[in-house]
Amino acid sequence: MEHQTFGGEVTFPHEAPGDDSIKRIRKTTIILSVLTLIELGLGLAIYMMHKNPDYSHSLVHLIKGVVIILSLGKAFFIVSIFMHLGDEIRNMIMTIVVPLCLFIWFIIAFLWDGVSWKDLRNEYAPKDPVKHEQVEQPAHEGGLK
Amino acid sequence: MANAAAAANTKWWSGGKSPFNLEYGKLMMWYFLMSDTFTFGALLITYGTVRMSSDSWPDPNHVFQSFPLLGSGLPLLFVSLMTFILIVSSVTMVLAVHEGHHGNKKGVIKWMIWTILGGLAFLSCQAWEWTHLHHEGAWWGSNPFPNADGTVSKSNFSDLFFTITGFHGFHVFSGVVINIIVTIMAWKGVFERRGHYLMIEKIGLYWHFVDLVWVFVFLFFYLV
Repeated sequence: MEHQTFGGEVTFPHEAPGDDSIKRIRKTTIILSVLTLIELGLGLAIYMMHKNPDYSHSLVHLIKGVVIILSLGKAFFIVSIFMHLGDEIRNMIMTIVVPLCLFIWFIIAFLWDGVSWKDLRNEYAPKDPVKHEQVEQPAHEGGLK
Repeated sequence: MANAAAAANTKWWSGGKSPFNLEYGKLMMWYFLMSDTFTFGALLITYGTVRMSSDSWPDPNHVFQSFPLLGSGLPLLFVSLMTFILIVSSVTMVLAVHEGHHGNKKGVIKWMIWTILGGLAFLSCQAWEWTHLHHEGAWWGSNPFPNADGTVSKSNFSDLFFTITGFHGFHVFSGVVINIIVTIMAWKGVFERRGHYLMIEKIGLYWHFVDLVWVFVFLFFYLV
């Protein structure tokens, strides 16, 4: 085993010689592949359900929720095992993970905004046909009557 | 848990060593990736906002249903191939980093070459998909695919698809270029002279991040 130096900055190597990291890589690869296969299976299930015109919307939403959770699980395995974040010092992990909490606000705020935008448009567009039909009609036929 | 024990017995902030037990460049790669996470996050959340604000949206199984030489009517198949290519190239990158830990130059070069090939295969798939969609009339500003409820759609779907997969593809492309550069450096013995293969670890972090972003692009564009 060759001795490696890290410019004096690093106190201990991230991987001890002769450990079981190959086994861990293999295990993670299998987990990621299985999760992807399950996701694909669920995606196919959604596709099949869409073929039936009166499919259950709430069930499709539930399946989509499961797929999103599975993807977050994949993200966890990639970051903690493949990127070795799980092996770092806790303080360092926190400098990465804590700023990511901004996403909680980011996602809620902007998806909420999207829904509100749709609701407002659907509420006001039918009540204000002139404004919304002007684009299609020649100018002299539009306007208030 | 040897690491945890060592961490408990070390005065990390007394100077003379990295308090995070990380080399400077690697730490900065982590912070770069965090900023890139927010860039991709902003793009994907834009997609979410626009999609939420639309009454209906094109069905991905209708849009992405072709496979080269096999024709159409095959939803999910091509994107599964792309996803597996990227996962496998992530695994080969982990193996390159692992060989680097042991200072094994030949192993590093072998696994880096596989990683580069995986990246090139992914880019080829993406090139095929873009060409195919372009032939069907999709591009920035034009979207031939109707909404799932049968109404005429706006160009939002194409705009977001080409922007986000394009930005991700650009990351893959940069990753392949950097992978080629560090593989040549490894082959020339640069890291051997340095005494460590930390550069492989740093580009490895970037490469895994690109795979990670694809997990979410795949999720939001193709699955849900």
